[in-house]
Amino acid sequence: MSQNSSQPSNAVMASPRRFPYRIQFEPRLQEPPRWFPALVALGAVVVALILGGVILAVVGGDPWRSYAHIARASFGNVGVLSDTLVKATPILLTSLACAIAFRMKLWNIGAEGQFIMGAFGASAVVLTPLLPPETSRWIMLPVMGLTGILAGAIWGLIPGFLKARFNVNEVISSLMMNYIAVSWVNFFIFAVWTEGGFQMSRLFPRTAWLPRLADYAKEFPVLRGLTTHLGLVIGIVAAAVLWFILYRSRWGYEIRLIGDNPRAARYTGINIQRNVMMVMLVSGALAGLGGMSEVAGVVHRLQTSPIAAGYGFTGIIVAWLAKLNPFVIILASILFGALLLAGREIQPSGIPKMIQGIILVALIASDFLLRYRVRIIRIEEEA
Amino acid sequence: MISDFFSMTVLVGILASGIRLATPYLYAAIGEVFGQRSGVLNLGVEGQMLLGAFAAFYVTFTTGNLWLGVLVAAIVGALMGLAMAVVTVNLQAEQGISGIGFYLFGLGMSDLLFQKLLGTVQTVSGFPKATIPVLSALPFIGDIFFSQNILVYGAFALVPVAWFVLNKTTLGLKIRAVGENPEAADSLGVSVARVRYFTIILGGTLSGIAGASLSIGMLNVFQQNMTSGLGFIAVALVYFGGWRPWGVLVGALLFSMVNSLQLWGQVLGIPLPSDIAVMMPYILTILVLVISVQRVRAPAALTKVFERGE
Repeated sequence: MSQNSSQPSNAVMASPRRFPYRIQFEPRLQEPPRWFPALVALGAVVVALILGGVILAVVGGDPWRSYAHIARASFGNVGVLSDTLVKATPILLTSLACAIAFRMKLWNIGAEGQFIMGAFGASAVVLTPLLPPETSRWIMLPVMGLTGILAGAIWGLIPGFLKARFNVNEVISSLMMNYIAVSWVNFFIFAVWTEGGFQMSRLFPRTAWLPRLADYAKEFPVLRGLTTHLGLVIGIVAAAVLWFILYRSRWGYEIRLIGDNPRAARYTGINIQRNVMMVMLVSGALAGLGGMSEVAGVVHRLQTSPIAAGYGFTGIIVAWLAKLNPFVIILASILFGALLLAGREIQPSGIPKMIQGIILVALIASDFLLRYRVRIIRIEEEA
Repeated sequence: MISDFFSMTVLVGILASGIRLATPYLYAAIGEVFGQRSGVLNLGVEGQMLLGAFAAFYVTFTTGNLWLGVLVAAIVGALMGLAMAVVTVNLQAEQGISGIGFYLFGLGMSDLLFQKLLGTVQTVSGFPKATIPVLSALPFIGDIFFSQNILVYGAFALVPVAWFVLNKTTLGLKIRAVGENPEAADSLGVSVARVRYFTIILGGTLSGIAGASLSIGMLNVFQQNMTSGLGFIAVALVYFGGWRPWGVLVGALLFSMVNSLQLWGQVLGIPLPSDIAVMMPYILTILVLVISVQRVRAPAALTKVFERGE
């Protein structure tokens, strides 16, 4: 990226005549301390929230009320905390999907579509039906998980293959796959699996529901009404597995090497094309698993609006916020789960998306501070 | 029924609406050509179009002045472009992802403003047909090409202008140099940052106008997420067009004709489920990308950050 990073450059951005200070950026020569990236990321989120607040105030909204509402409506008591975790689950899986691809600098923007197709694949087991409704949930749910993973993986592999074979820009192709996924599901729920002409399928039988905390309320009354479902556990296990793959396996080493230095990777004989396809496959599989978890854990029927709700895009932001570290992603997902949960009730409905956009831009822009030191120099001192 | 589909009036109708539908693609994609030729991949086009579409609609709805609507849409797009330029040129952000941030911002912000300021779907009377005397009287050709609104003519006029600027002016030379070899351009005294600022802001301006051409030049309504991927398709058209304005024109017409066929197919009751028909442009985009990367080479410095050394 930069040939000159070994010597300090004087990329002077602003030095107006009468202003007594000069702002100067210098490339960092050493790695910043370990806490620094976290501080910068948090700072970026705070700046983004302030910016979002200013915009809200300008268009006549009430930023204080919106933000206070987010805090109250997401962590206020056990019930809403459980709802926050329910919202965090799909974000967790889509953001793990983004993390593995981004680690290789492969910009998979298609987690949204892979998530939707995962929900489709899982639903197909119930709706086709591949298995009769009275099948034991111990068979039903694993099969749904597999078909969900498969559908998501295929949806991820298509842009991966096109990238590896034809060098097609994966950002645009994976984005297009998102739109195709929505229309695909819309077609099925309207023309094939419709419930009375509405754009949704019938409700799944109980055997196709992921177990929820509330299911055990008879034994433990504390759990009454809590909708947190097994998907959260699946997500946390997936995070641990992904961490192991990325940081403790040979394949993970290859992925990280390709991401950091593709030329070196090529010289050591790593097959980049094959890795592009494999990573997109796994990325799609993770997002597909997320779709299965959402449809079997929350929605319990195939329906576009609650499933294609933008979790894939939120996953991008969360992955970036967590610096692609799977364990940090768990925490960041809960944070964004809170934002989305509260955002559902904030009117008008565009606010959460708008703020997410600002957060993403601020996060990416703030990476600048990891690469450069900002020095403010008094001009008199120099003279 | 199939024979109806190919009657002369229908054919003229399909071609005329195909020309009209090319308008937003053209504005957005020509703007993107400038950005990419200077080495910047602007993926915020979709967001810029949405905000532009809303701005144009709202201004026209409240003041009744269509041109003021276009102007405000252009300014809104330019401001988004300015923000994008700061983030990509000064802060050297990863272009593939930061553009998605701008998309989400535009998507959410236009929805927020829509609900705050309008509340429900409204309509305006958009740009009227501006028939060109004499030429519009030509059989068939007149109806297809010369009975459109002014924004349509503007979009098509933009193509030769963009070609001229890129290939026949010093500015165009600078833009291309910055996109191919920023180090060399810099050593010849061209300010890479200034050129990229210019192209990104120009791209934003044109994307804003592209949005206006949708909301007050074609559909005459504003709806949440009304572009539904059109801005991203415009980015793909730049690849298809081989980073050349004339190539982009061919791509834009290809897409708009497919859109037009799809619309007329529905009107005429062609038995293709609408959800399947809706997929076509997106599938076509992917196919088009596969074909075009085989053919042409991207600007060498596309998506590469330039850092000025001493």
